[in-house]
Amino acid sequence: MTDVLQLFVAGLSIGSIYAMAAIGFVLLWQTSNTINFAQGEFVVLPAFTMVLFLTVFRLPFAAAFMATVIVSTLLLGVLVKKALVDRLLRMGVLPLVIATIGLSMLIRYSLQQFWTPLALPFPAIFSREPIHVGGVILSSEELMNVLSAALVIGALQLFIRRTKLGWAMQAVAQNRELAPVLGINVSRLVGLTFMLNAALTAVAAVLIAPVYLVKYDIGIGIGLKAFYAAIIGGFNQIRGALLGGLLVGLVETYSAAYISNQFRDAFALVILIGVLLLKPEGLWGVREEWA
Amino acid sequence: MSLLEIHHLSKSFFHLSALNLVSFSVEPGDLLGLIGPNGSGKTTLFNCVTGVLRPSGGLVRFKGEDITKLSADAVCHRGVSRTFQLIQLFPEMTVLENLLMAAQERKGTLWSRLIMRDETEETDRALSLVDYLGLSGVKDHPAANLSYGQQKLLDFGMALMPDPPLILLDEPMAGVNPTMIKALVTHIRDLNAQGYTFVVIEHNMEVVMSLCRRIVVLCQGEKIAEGTPAEIHDNPAVMDAYFGS
Amino acid sequence: MRGWRTLGILTGAAVLLVLPLLLEQYKLYLASLTLVYLILAIGLNLTLGYAGQISLAHAGFMSFGAYAVAILGPLGVPFEGGLVVGAIIAFFWGLVLGFPALKVKHHYLAMVTLGFNIIVFLVLRNWESLTGGSFGISGIARPRWGPIGFQSDRAYYYYILGWAVLVVASAHWILHSRWGRAFRAIRENEVRAQVVGVSLRTYKLMAFAIGSAYAGVGGALFAPLLAYIDPGAFTLDRSIQFLLMVVMGGLGRFEGPFIGAAVVTLLPEALRASEGFYLIIFSLAVILMMLFMPKGLVGVWDWMLGRVTRRGFGSPRPPAPREPATVVAPK
Repeated sequence: MTDVLQLFVAGLSIGSIYAMAAIGFVLLWQTSNTINFAQGEFVVLPAFTMVLFLTVFRLPFAAAFMATVIVSTLLLGVLVKKALVDRLLRMGVLPLVIATIGLSMLIRYSLQQFWTPLALPFPAIFSREPIHVGGVILSSEELMNVLSAALVIGALQLFIRRTKLGWAMQAVAQNRELAPVLGINVSRLVGLTFMLNAALTAVAAVLIAPVYLVKYDIGIGIGLKAFYAAIIGGFNQIRGALLGGLLVGLVETYSAAYISNQFRDAFALVILIGVLLLKPEGLWGVREEWA
Repeated sequence: MSLLEIHHLSKSFFHLSALNLVSFSVEPGDLLGLIGPNGSGKTTLFNCVTGVLRPSGGLVRFKGEDITKLSADAVCHRGVSRTFQLIQLFPEMTVLENLLMAAQERKGTLWSRLIMRDETEETDRALSLVDYLGLSGVKDHPAANLSYGQQKLLDFGMALMPDPPLILLDEPMAGVNPTMIKALVTHIRDLNAQGYTFVVIEHNMEVVMSLCRRIVVLCQGEKIAEGTPAEIHDNPAVMDAYFGS
Repeated sequence: MRGWRTLGILTGAAVLLVLPLLLEQYKLYLASLTLVYLILAIGLNLTLGYAGQISLAHAGFMSFGAYAVAILGPLGVPFEGGLVVGAIIAFFWGLVLGFPALKVKHHYLAMVTLGFNIIVFLVLRNWESLTGGSFGISGIARPRWGPIGFQSDRAYYYYILGWAVLVVASAHWILHSRWGRAFRAIRENEVRAQVVGVSLRTYKLMAFAIGSAYAGVGGALFAPLLAYIDPGAFTLDRSIQFLLMVVMGGLGRFEGPFIGAAVVTLLPEALRASEGFYLIIFSLAVILMMLFMPKGLVGVWDWMLGRVTRRGFGSPRPPAPREPATVVAPK
């Protein structure tokens, strides 16, 4: 029983990080029809940036984190939006998709070439001391991960549900053509969404770096997990990406622990096949009516 | 037997009722006008009849056959053609290809379409349509390069290509200059005299009153009047619908 | 202009025939690889370029051909048999993938096909008894017709070339039939296509199935190139590579895959001189290309053939000519 609970927390811990990457991905998709194939790299770059601020500039943790979020928001939010999205979006989905593919390669190989192909160690943010909760031993790092993620995602949900800007985002996601009629500046909103995504991935980077280590090519795996989470969770709502991410984390953790190497992917496989065949819009997705 | 029977047709989107128990029929050779203020459900009706939308209730019969649940391509195969309010063409195909595309799926089987290459019959028909509509000068231009009026004519031509017994026109005069309106009206009258049946959605009252022999009026998804142009013209409910109370 | 085109094709054919006599080892391998990728790109161009169905599952279908040949070969099945089996399996699964594809809207298709690619990869990795799992299959034999063997790199190049010609010819035949027009109609305006009688279900399924079958053929030819395959060769990365080829070459244009396969395969190699930077330069090239030539490099090809006026490359459509429609007296 202890095992199951430990694994549950571990699964939630990694799952909440995947969820953040997936949520950002879905937000971009919803508000601006952008399939961001560079999402994994959007996590790797801030991770490297953190290392830069911590080791080279020797900033205290909080300052380094703030700096990373700012850099990430400026580079991956504002710059990408202005340089790529603004110009390519009107040409349809594909040119932008290809550009994000190019961008992911650019980030990945630039980091490899200009920084290092080796893995960089990342200091643990939260202590790795085990905590005793009701007779069960849990990792405090994992608990803190879950709490941090919950905080960030909770704040995001509040923003989207309770603020005018958040409502504007929902409006654009539901009907891009109609939104300007309501006085919404779609372009500015898309910019905001990109900035939000960059901030989310920066947080995800900081949480995941102690677990994964920081290497130029971890973006591929992280991106894939984010896509996977969005596919099975559902694209229409943040809830889908959130629950999808958590599910991915749980499945991954339990499979690694209980299923032998040969079949470890079986569970993930079954879920994916089931979703694609029975509910292609995702477990928590909403089928859109053909208008 | 009526060509088209619409019986208690209803369509709602979530909680919004766009069509409510609309019924009327179209006889072979009719030139029927469908009018009503904006948002009255006219295009929704067309969409339901042609299989683009699934009705929430009611029945549509074409030549006696129940076509209510059929998909759009099946409805087309039965002999119903339509145009769209917002012009829908194949932008990168040439005018000629657009017309050929409008005809190709109605004949033959899937396999004959792969193997047979002979399109002389359809090409001849397309060329004569191009002449008839005055598009000879642009027949090899991509549809996206045409002027608005030319695109409207092409849309019309595509509806005619497969030689369909029933043609539904959705606001064919919208945004068109007066000379062209006259031309279109003449075309429609001509073709109707040759035996084609038309149902026309229009806002241009002059055109509707002079062109159509019968008119159906919708308002907020319900049929509020049906009759000859004169009857409709004098109907107070119709005045109400358009100018409010 | 017709004359230039024929000349171009003949020259290209001559080059392709003479190439192996001039190249050896690695460069010959690249040439063979480019031909294989051409076949795969043609398949994806049919599904995505012509029919507008975005597929990120292409590498998955490629794996069916590769593993068919790798598994059946040692069992005594001649290479062509393995290739045909692989293509049929790919065709079948292409149909299967087509069904969820029918249910979801355009953008979601990318993710559904991505999911399919993941599924194939996971199955390949886990079904060890059949595929050897992560260890892969090695010693994949090249085709042999009795006494005539295609074991040498040169001979195998010609074998691949033969299949490439078959694929190009058949794709040309299909795409210039009414099916090709129906595919284009679906891509350009799905609703209108349906209303003029195009059965979306049938044609979309066919677009997936045929494109996948070509991928299977390509995969079968790919396997003996390095005589070794493993699931890692068929991941999302690979599907993305084909996507790059098709878009950078020119979507929905017959010449597109030729240009795309050549550029995506050979450009990084040409840049290798810059040592570690070649991938960085390549990725920059991809981004810049999308910014300035989103319709693909085929625009350059058009320009060379003097076809600029007809389509324009990458720029917004030329302004529509404003002539009033002439009124012709009715017949």
